[in-house]
Amino acid sequence: MYTGKIRQILLITDGCSNQGEDPIAMAALAKEQGISVNVIGVMEQDVIDEKGMTEIEGIAMSGGGVSQIVYAQQLSQTVQMVTRKAMTQTIQGVVNRELQQILGRSQTIEDLPPEKRGEVMEVVDELGETVELEVLILVDTSASMKHKLPTVKEALLDLSLSLNARTGDNQFAVFVFPGKKNDVEKILDWTPKLQSLTSIFSQLTTGGITPTGPAIRTALSSFNSKSSLRSLMTGDDESFLEESM
Amino acid sequence: MMMNHSLKSLCKVAPGTVITGKWHSNKYTVLKELGYGANGIVYLAKFKNTQVALKMSDNGMSITSEVNVLRSFAKVQGSTLGPSLLDVDDWKSNRGQISFYTMEYIQGPDLLTFIQKKGKSWTTVLFLQLLNDLNKLHENGWVFGDLKPENLIVTGPTPKIRCIDVGGTTIQGRAIKEFTEFYDRGYWGLGTRKADPGYDLFAVAMIMINTAYPKRFNKTTGGISQLREAIRKQKDLLKVEKVIVKALQGHYTNAIQMRTELLSLVMDRKNPVPVNKSSVTTTSSTIQKQKINQTVSQPTTRQNYRRKKKKSRWAETFIITISIALLYFLYIFQKLL
Repeated sequence: MYTGKIRQILLITDGCSNQGEDPIAMAALAKEQGISVNVIGVMEQDVIDEKGMTEIEGIAMSGGGVSQIVYAQQLSQTVQMVTRKAMTQTIQGVVNRELQQILGRSQTIEDLPPEKRGEVMEVVDELGETVELEVLILVDTSASMKHKLPTVKEALLDLSLSLNARTGDNQFAVFVFPGKKNDVEKILDWTPKLQSLTSIFSQLTTGGITPTGPAIRTALSSFNSKSSLRSLMTGDDESFLEESM
Repeated sequence: MMMNHSLKSLCKVAPGTVITGKWHSNKYTVLKELGYGANGIVYLAKFKNTQVALKMSDNGMSITSEVNVLRSFAKVQGSTLGPSLLDVDDWKSNRGQISFYTMEYIQGPDLLTFIQKKGKSWTTVLFLQLLNDLNKLHENGWVFGDLKPENLIVTGPTPKIRCIDVGGTTIQGRAIKEFTEFYDRGYWGLGTRKADPGYDLFAVAMIMINTAYPKRFNKTTGGISQLREAIRKQKDLLKVEKVIVKALQGHYTNAIQMRTELLSLVMDRKNPVPVNKSSVTTTSSTIQKQKINQTVSQPTTRQNYRRKKKKSRWAETFIITISIALLYFLYIFQKLL
């Protein structure tokens, strides 16, 4: 049985990066560490330009995740769907690797007869329900995102509603870029509940550059420092939660 | 949305295309597209002179997942809510391998269209049917999840409500797999997204509201206050307000409770003579003998109780006054003597 946890970065943006490292390369770096990068492009009436679109797809592709371009109104539904889809994708990947070990090199779920596939799917479903999930949310707060932020907040609260209905544990962290002083700013440390976002989001200032690449890099290091902190605390979840709230 | 677009291009096949299964070698001739959802496209197809519905998706796992649900539906005795599963297979098209399954073709208008055409008198009948079917589903440990009018088809010749998309069906206790915001209790801030019977009953209540607001409406304040206001603005909804609000607030633990109350409310309405009222309630509750709902009979018993109480209060006062008067007379008598 797969007992690890699933780690994801969810990037919410509305355009192209213009500062620092190539975000596509940073996404590839994330994938190397077993963290998938999902991207949601938020449109208003305007359409995201070709360049932004290519970048969004590129990040998700090299980050082993899912990408989706949506209008702001559909954001809530999309955020939870993309997260769930990416999670299932990761689990399927793991199950596929296990199957290959059992059945031989070239076998995947698709090579099984439909009857057998059903049983595998039940395992995938079960894992999706119980696996521990860590989602780091990266929100683009460049000037053009300003009036979309309330929608983003709603979507994130909705996400926590969806994921907290699972039996498995969830951990969320929220970063925004550009931050007040640095390229990236942590606005919510790892916590199982996103509700505390409500007050923080209204105080956010927008503006300036879009350093998507550096944002992903910082997000990665947050995952790493988290796991080392975890190992220090010898699995004492309670006190960790209290600290982060 | 982007995904639908890419899905469409992958599984898009022209009418006349023959789809041959890789495992069972059945041949299906595509007749026309019936519709598409988040997880694939459904076609009407011909198989040995019968019409079947064929669902295709480039995501093989979602097909497998739906097949699992349909298989377990088949085990639910006497339930006809979902379509019956006929075949599962893969098709080697020139664009790659595509998973598909075929099911019974359920023909008819969707719920809202049917009510618009046939009149509002059908509304309650169909909801009673739906609640009955949902109850069977719930008793077998499932929750439908993505319940909405588009997924509800009314077939003939005797109108019967059926469900056509089982993609959201979830085992009770797990997180709801798929939902549509307007019918989702989480969206309205009225509960979690954990699969329990109450989740489906909330959706049923929203569909009831939907029958009076065919174009739906947007969330403003959310919560029960906005929905209650919407109900009060519609005469038809006002009649069943009690049931809708209770379902929205999650006061029903199973579909039969909601069904019984809905039924008694409708029966009450058709008998405006107050004398008949109590007799109707009793007959309807004897029909549902095994699951008598306390809340249904509650209002009448409470009234009776109050009336009784009132009567006894009068008697009490009377007795006290009499006895005090009697004692007083005795006292006077004694003093006089």
